[in-house]
Amino acid sequence: MTVAIDRATGKRRGDRAPRPGLVQRLKHGYRKHWYAYAMIAPVVIVLGVLVLYPLAYGFYLTLTDANSLNSARTIGVNEIEATYKFIGFDNYADILWGETAYDRFWSHFIWTIVWTALCVTLHYTIGLGLALLLNQKLRGRTLYRLILILPWAVPTFVTVFGWRFMLADGGVINSFLETLHLPTPLWLEDTFWQRFAAIMVNTWCGVPFMMLSLLGGLQSIDSSLYEAAEMDGASRWQQFRYVTLPGLRSVSSTVVLLGIIWTFNQFAIIFLLFGDTAPDAQILVTWAYYLGFGQQPRDFAQSAAYGILLLAILIVFTSFYRRWLNRNDPQLAI
Amino acid sequence: MSTTTVENPVNKQDSVTTAAPRKARRRGENSRATSLVSHGILIAASLIALFPVAWLLFLSLGPDKDDYLHPGGIWKKMTLDNYTYVLQETKFFDWLGSTLIVTLGTTLIGVIIAATTGYAVSRMRFPGYKKFMWVLLVTQMFPVAVLMVPMYQILSELQLIDNYLGLILVYCSTTVPYCAWLMKGYFDTIPFEIDEAGRVDGLSPFGTFGRLILPLAKPGLAVAAFYSFLTAFGEVAFASTFMLSDTKYTFAVGLQTFVSEHDAQRNLMAATAVLIAIPVSAFFYFVQKNLVTGLTAGGTKG
Repeated sequence: MTVAIDRATGKRRGDRAPRPGLVQRLKHGYRKHWYAYAMIAPVVIVLGVLVLYPLAYGFYLTLTDANSLNSARTIGVNEIEATYKFIGFDNYADILWGETAYDRFWSHFIWTIVWTALCVTLHYTIGLGLALLLNQKLRGRTLYRLILILPWAVPTFVTVFGWRFMLADGGVINSFLETLHLPTPLWLEDTFWQRFAAIMVNTWCGVPFMMLSLLGGLQSIDSSLYEAAEMDGASRWQQFRYVTLPGLRSVSSTVVLLGIIWTFNQFAIIFLLFGDTAPDAQILVTWAYYLGFGQQPRDFAQSAAYGILLLAILIVFTSFYRRWLNRNDPQLAI
Repeated sequence: MSTTTVENPVNKQDSVTTAAPRKARRRGENSRATSLVSHGILIAASLIALFPVAWLLFLSLGPDKDDYLHPGGIWKKMTLDNYTYVLQETKFFDWLGSTLIVTLGTTLIGVIIAATTGYAVSRMRFPGYKKFMWVLLVTQMFPVAVLMVPMYQILSELQLIDNYLGLILVYCSTTVPYCAWLMKGYFDTIPFEIDEAGRVDGLSPFGTFGRLILPLAKPGLAVAAFYSFLTAFGEVAFASTFMLSDTKYTFAVGLQTFVSEHDAQRNLMAATAVLIAIPVSAFFYFVQKNLVTGLTAGGTKG
């Protein structure tokens, strides 16, 4: 019954004496760890009820043809029983290689990948550039910093509407472009420009986080390293390449991973910028939402199947990313 | 607020070098041209960062819903009418109430649960530890689309649709895993000897946690609380789906009601947006420093 000893003694599982019987082990485990279990109990209950059970249930739904017309529901005083039936993996087959699968899944899939890659690249490069600028001795840099994090400070659902007013036909951006005699695209109607606008708004929203994290990373690099580099006659670029970038590695790998996950799952920006009006500019997350809640009848089964596919993509990606990181630098060991 | 702890060593060092007279340019000091370029870029970036928000503020002063099309006209007829209208005629205060209930509820419940969990995984190695951490990690990256449909069905079976508690629990399921990682990182920095001392002095494991460790972990708890608060405040998808009656909308949903297919009351919407943004942004500025360190620190360990 000790709290801290586990780690302090560095006792590992393998060091244990011969394994006792199952019952005894359970009893022993219970006696030894009951308060650990008591402390994680709330989280286990919440996650179990609200994440794992829904996940299992959602997976079951993907194997059925459930939609809002055949699910259990209450209309007035009448309770209608669920009538959907089990159809196996048909939903997945239909999504991945059914008829019009390209329009329904693959086009959104490609767009989601492009969207994630472009957004994260832009976030990272712009964020790094601004962080480097802010890391110099500069008059008024506190003020710059405060202004530059404004896009993060104001809730996204507020700023997206600001952008919507600006991008609207006849809004300020097009008026401005017109005075410059440049073409005035229909930002909120034309597919290409919708995508362009979505990336623009997301970049605007996402840069401050990258900038602040990278600035923190820059400030934690030991300045004697730069002095040593300067002594050795390293140029500015060489200092950046061989001191700054390696110094930022651990921060970078974290924020890039977070950025990819957040951007991949980014819901609010596209949902609020276009509503239901832009089927071609929807990334997989918003498209799944549209299938499940934005149309009539609501197609619960397909929407849930998209969700499971999304989760699978993310898990595969993350495990590869972590393996790749660990190979490059075992000490980092995320 | 901005230039605190992290930079201090650098500053100190620089002031030392200033004391010694030196002709050569010190590192971090720029020639005139570079500093002009830096200022130029930073000013441009600041304008880009500022403009959409400033524009929203400006539009909120125009009395007519189509003023955004000819903004020049707003200068002549600036008025605060939109604000009085929003405050008096719309459901603004209902939304404020439900937003506060949901966000504060999430923060409170989420932080308590995350703290006990974080402590347990920081101090104790119990069977199933690794699997548990993995679950916490994976839960963080669940796309909303995965759980939306089944959660909707489960909550409607439990009669928790259109109910504050339902939304709070849903939010907890998204914030808790992250906050638990965050708290674990923080608890790891508190020396184990403190626990041992507490145990030797006869405190129960829970006593050690409640009386010794929690008070020491206040900064970590604060970061977890800020994170939960801001996440719950800004969430759109679940709130739009699970809250049905318009008096229970959170701000994220309420703001959308100004733009429907038939009518767009953009002036009122802009005014509401400004009213929402000011306190939250102020709060954000107040806590941002802690938030950034906390988020990335939690992330590296995640």
